[in-house]
Parts: sequence; structure tokens; C-alpha cells
Amino acid sequence: MKNPLDSLWGTVAAGLVITAILYALVRAAMGG
Amino acid sequence: MEFIQLGLGRWLHVAAGILWVGLLYYFNFVNAPAAKAAAADGTAVGIARHVVPRALLYFRWAAVVTWLAGAMLLGSHFLDAFLFRQRAYVPIGVGAWLGTIMLANVWLVIWPMQKRVLGLVPASDEVKAQSRRTAFLVSRVNTALSLPLLFFMVASGGQFRTAFF
Repeated sequence: MKNPLDSLWGTVAAGLVITAILYALVRAAMGG
Repeated sequence: MEFIQLGLGRWLHVAAGILWVGLLYYFNFVNAPAAKAAAADGTAVGIARHVVPRALLYFRWAAVVTWLAGAMLLGSHFLDAFLFRQRAYVPIGVGAWLGTIMLANVWLVIWPMQKRVLGLVPASDEVKAQSRRTAFLVSRVNTALSLPLLFFMVASGGQFRTAFF
């Protein structure tokens, strides 16, 4: 499998996924 | 005192952060593909000799200034943010941790690897090639992390604005 970080847009997509996951976690930690 | 910490501190944090992340994006969006194209036509030496060392100088020190100004901005809430001790400081704490990981990546991986690539410390061609690959991937990790970093920095003063710093 190709490393997504080799592609600039794969890197941006990875960043967006991490953002979404952390957002959900922080929302939950803040009490929704 | 409040003006220095919260006024000048925030200004310095944002200005240095623009320089740091701006150069990070320069490396990833511009320099990496340009270096590849330049290597193909034999003109890469100019970039490696005259551009990259200057960009790395501002890049690594802007990272330090950004982190220090951010720490000053948090002030007495530094541990509330980093240890997630208060709910209100969770969003900026996440941003602060991302920034800290990125700073560590700059100083503990990218810069030592680039010193080998640029010939500032002696290394065999094989080690240089490995170092180039490691620096590239960690720079890409920082680019990915910069997106949630910027989100939580901005959201801490927006959607999640419950803490004051």
C-alpha cells in the first residue's frame, strides 16, 4: 500500500481526518 | 503586564506561527516538487545551497518563538492546558500538544536529518538518502498535524471560547 504522506493531497486528507477525530473527542470532553 | 502577556504575546505567537507554518507549507507545496524538477535538469544545487539553509534557519527558530510565545500566552494556565486539568482548556491543550509534537519533530528529526542532507555534518550517500526520506516524511507528518493545530488554535477563540488566555 502506498504511503499517503508521499502525496501532498494524501497528507492534506490525513490532516483532515485527524482534525475530525480530535474534534469529536474534544466535543465529547467538553460535554457535547 | 497583561498587555505584554496577552497583547504582545498573542501577536508574537501568531506572527512567528505564520512564519513557521508558512515555511512548512513552502517546503511541502513548493520546495519538494521544485527540488525534484531541479534534480532532473541538474539545477538542484542552487536550491540546496542558497534557498534551503535560509528557509530552515527561519523555520526552526520561528518554531521555537511560536512555542515560547504560546507558553507565555497560557501563563498560569499552562498546566491546565497541557494536563487537561480544566475542561475549558481542553481545546487549546490539544492545540498546544500538537504544536509541541511539531516543535519536537523540527528540532529532533527534521533539522538533524537536514544537516546530513546539506552536508553540514558528514554522512555517506546512503545515510544522506535515508535522512532525506525521514526528513521528508516527518515534514509531511507536521503538514498533516498543522491542520488540526490551526483548527484548535482558532476554535479556542471561536466555537470553544470558554477559556480566557
